Amino acid sequence: MKTNYWDREVETMKRRALERLQLERLRQTLARVARRVPFYQQKFAELGFQPGALKSLADLRRLPFTTTADLRAAYPAGLLAVKRNQTLRLHTSSGTTGKPKAIFFSRRDVNNAADLIARCLVATGATRDDVLQNMMTYGLFTGALVMHYGAEKVGLLVIPAGPGNSEKQLLLMEDFRSTLIHTTPSYALYFADFLDKKGIDPRRHLALKKAYIGAEPYTEETRRKIETALGVEVYNSYGLSEMNGPGVAFECEAKGGMHLWEDHFLMEIVDPRTGEPVPEGQPGELVLTTLCREAMPILRYRTRDITSIIREPCACGRTHRRIKRITGRADDMLIVRGVNIYPQQIERVLMGIPEVGRNYLIVLEGLDDMLVKVELSEASFDGQVEHLVHLQTHIAERLRAEILTRPRVELAAPGSLPVSEGKAKRVIDKRSL
Amino acid sequence: MNTVKLAAVFGENKPGHLARLTAALADAKANIRWITIATSEKIGVIKILVDKHEPACHALREHGFTVSQLEVLAVDVPDRPGGLHAVAEVLSKHGINLENASGFVTSTHRRAVLLFETKDPETAAHVLKKSGLHLFSQEEILTI
Repeated sequence: MKTNYWDREVETMKRRALERLQLERLRQTLARVARRVPFYQQKFAELGFQPGALKSLADLRRLPFTTTADLRAAYPAGLLAVKRNQTLRLHTSSGTTGKPKAIFFSRRDVNNAADLIARCLVATGATRDDVLQNMMTYGLFTGALVMHYGAEKVGLLVIPAGPGNSEKQLLLMEDFRSTLIHTTPSYALYFADFLDKKGIDPRRHLALKKAYIGAEPYTEETRRKIETALGVEVYNSYGLSEMNGPGVAFECEAKGGMHLWEDHFLMEIVDPRTGEPVPEGQPGELVLTTLCREAMPILRYRTRDITSIIREPCACGRTHRRIKRITGRADDMLIVRGVNIYPQQIERVLMGIPEVGRNYLIVLEGLDDMLVKVELSEASFDGQVEHLVHLQTHIAERLRAEILTRPRVELAAPGSLPVSEGKAKRVIDKRSL
Repeated sequence: MNTVKLAAVFGENKPGHLARLTAALADAKANIRWITIATSEKIGVIKILVDKHEPACHALREHGFTVSQLEVLAVDVPDRPGGLHAVAEVLSKHGINLENASGFVTSTHRRAVLLFETKDPETAAHVLKKSGLHLFSQEEILTI
């Protein structure tokens, strides 16, 4: 396999050298926060932890976790490790409830984040001949800007299209022959539907080659749906604002899990309930420690994202370990009739049924009932009400096999369920528990 | 084989859905000649026969409806006692099952129509014709 690298030396670094580098950077990070961040000074004091006493990466377990609640409590600038006038950019992470989380970048942080994106894009085979239509939201959200800077670093043409307005997106794609798009899975599906309704075959009329899809968890079935509908290769992208935004982990051309850039982030997988590490390869909550962050280092951040580490080396030659597609958010887990359910399980089932369209909604209602509203695919409607009834039963049965409780299934017209431009809200909880 | 084209529209069984559909058809200046609504709990299918089939389907899609086209058989039934029986007997003799059938009488022309779907419309059409029964074409059904 012929591989292009943005930074071959680092990306293919031997594991032992990489671990030495991690330890050195972890020590620097600890020294920095111990000196400058009262939040961590206090945490270290509570645990009786001396930053200088860290001997190996295994000692990481003795460090405190940082949680979403900690970041909210520290809002707006409680975790800042540099003077205010050394910060260059502010992003916030959308808080669905309460205060947002504020993330500051120094000049070095902005540059590092762009550099990681450059690694990601080159890993997918992007070159300066490509045209990236960046369909994420520009603004407080990290998604678009961090990608933008990284793509400019690679030297390709970036179109800062922003989200929504499908007519405008299409016009830009036609006029500037966009080859790459960066968007969410829900918008990619919505846009595919839009093209379909207009009778536009993207393979014939557009120049699209690759789609970088992230910001929301999605399934392999959704990936295949997007690939088929838009005629592109879909690369999975993982990031979170607390850790720069996109570019934390990204798929290479092998498309078999996302390389997490371990020279910048130290990863652990822990049991979401106990915080104890799980054996390598087992699923659990991803915990990340920044190793190069200047303005706002974060130790052992509980991402709430459920994934596992792929131990096998990748065909591309990169030594940075891969994580699997996010299978759920610890926070998203639903408990219905005593059963633990991740919305992604439902999505996986739905997207594997050909008669199902591109959108769905999970409504929890009544005492403890689950209703799954499912869009019908345009092509599968044949005018027979009994076929619709049969399909509803079939979907409910397939779901029951996966989530062990039988939801009520209601078919909806194609394109009738709400589509969000940012992160899709798939679950509505109206239960009177 | 004479067949009649119907538009079948996917519908969620909730207030206002039919009104949106009829508004779209009125906008398209399409006249509804026949309608049936089949529902099962929250979903339904509305089947209509209109004078301007293609423009009506187009207008419905423009308004966001999910539309499928059906071809059904429309038998010309003598409007007198035993009229429908003659048709039913032919079909029964050949083991043909009706699906989603419905009938109406036109007072002006003293004729009756039986509209029905079936798994094998070719055979059904063939045996009905052989028994001397007439099947309406799209043009005919719009003029009776």
